[in-house]
Amino acid sequence: MNAQEIGKVIPWALLLLAAAFVPVVFSPYWLSMATTMAMFVVLATSWALFSGPTHYISLATAAFFGVGTFVTGLGFQTLPFWMLPLIAAALGGILAALVGMVTLRLSGVYFVIFTLGLAELVRQLVTWVQNQTGQRGMYVLTSITEKDIYWMLLGLAALVYLAGWLIGRSKLGFALRIIGNDETVARHVGIDTALAKVALFTIPGMAAAAVGAILAPRYIYIEPATAFAPLLSFQVVIMALLGGTGRLWGPLAGVIPFTLLWEFITRQAPNQTLLLLGIVFLLIVYVLPGGFVGLWARIRRRFHHGGGA
Amino acid sequence: MSRTVLQVQGVTKRFGGLVAVRDMRFDVTEHEVMGIIGPNGSGKSTMINMISGLFPPSEGSIRLKGAELAGLPAHKTARKGVGRTFQLVRLLPELSVVENVVAGAVFGHRRRWGKPAEAHARQLLERVGLGASMGLPISSLTYIDTKRVELARALAGDPEVLLLDEWLAGLNPTELSTGIDLVRSLRDEGRTIILVEHVMDAIRSLCDRCVVMSSGAKIAEGTPAEVLSDPEVIRAYLGEDEDA
Repeated sequence: MNAQEIGKVIPWALLLLAAAFVPVVFSPYWLSMATTMAMFVVLATSWALFSGPTHYISLATAAFFGVGTFVTGLGFQTLPFWMLPLIAAALGGILAALVGMVTLRLSGVYFVIFTLGLAELVRQLVTWVQNQTGQRGMYVLTSITEKDIYWMLLGLAALVYLAGWLIGRSKLGFALRIIGNDETVARHVGIDTALAKVALFTIPGMAAAAVGAILAPRYIYIEPATAFAPLLSFQVVIMALLGGTGRLWGPLAGVIPFTLLWEFITRQAPNQTLLLLGIVFLLIVYVLPGGFVGLWARIRRRFHHGGGA
Repeated sequence: MSRTVLQVQGVTKRFGGLVAVRDMRFDVTEHEVMGIIGPNGSGKSTMINMISGLFPPSEGSIRLKGAELAGLPAHKTARKGVGRTFQLVRLLPELSVVENVVAGAVFGHRRRWGKPAEAHARQLLERVGLGASMGLPISSLTYIDTKRVELARALAGDPEVLLLDEWLAGLNPTELSTGIDLVRSLRDEGRTIILVEHVMDAIRSLCDRCVVMSSGAKIAEGTPAEVLSDPEVIRAYLGEDEDA
């Protein structure tokens, strides 16, 4: 790492440090809000690591997330809590690799539909197992507090950013940019495109499953219908695209305003949240094709041109 | 003593009931420019695409310095030393010109990464005559310059064999003579090149030997002068003489 890179890292490290003090400084209400934001930062940033460069829209977040919550639901009484996100991440990674191997040969719309179906498939599978065993939902009663959850999510977010930064500098990151531009070219310059895509797809899989495991105590009662709710997948896509996937900080820029807005709408007009989702989607398509990242790049370009003239 | 770099033996490609390439065989020797010519639809591009691994041959063998390429996916043939350009230029629009060339240097036959890869890419861009346009976005390049970038990318992995699929097509007369000079200079460097081409001037001045294809089969092989005066080749291009 050279001096310039250290200079870039310092503001982010300070921001992370400041974020760590949220539970100490703010009220429980804002802590709860910050926890939701931290959750979506991890989900949307890890989602963008894969979907940003490859342009494959994955709706599998809910599947991985649900698997994670059930890992905690089944394991919290017998295992120490710190092990649960790790186990969930391993399972999420394996599931993502399997799904990736089957579907990443497909392109575009087939992949989208398959990943959407995956959450439903896993949900039905869990429901079926529960029916066989006569269970319904599960109570997750732990001594884990909202503060603990928040800090764990913050740590996970730091890991995701670190992974993203390392991948961005690696051959894998470069390979994925080439794949996103032209997969035929990628193959002809010597990239094993299937392997590269599967390898990267495990990252959102691991991250989302770990988030699910960490958040399970917050729900207290978990059942398949809520754990695998497809809405989560769409929220993550919208937030990541609103922020923009071209930069590592993009999804963060989408998560913060969207979460605040979502909270506001939920309190003022609880039935209109889906409307918000739709409007933001239209906004992205028509006004902000590159998200806030793209907007920022346009502003900077204009500023530079103006300054030069 | 020249040695064989690429050996194509009994290669056939069927698409369903259509036989696009039938029992093709030819050798390419080191430092040679081999032309594959023939009328439209004669199977030239299909032949090139099988060598580069875009799709596998239905039958036959393609050997690069003794190693079998037939049936290998494109990323493996690239690593073994096949570099190519495409009939319709394929660049990476979101990457810079230099990155487009670095892309060819990182994962291919001879690999470089980081500063050495970038230096190699810049040197190749100078080599193909793009030194001045290095900083431009891909979208503002002229047509011949996009072809130059693609050529530099194909060269960046130091391929054993370079496949140029109609690299000279679509150039205006001035650009064409620049292009021919460029390919000739690559040949003078000792590169081994397979050229699919329609431009007769290019074939005459560049190719050491030519294979002529018609309806998927080889109908002639030899120096450009030989094959272009071959009655069967003339018939394939111009059709049957009514008086004969």
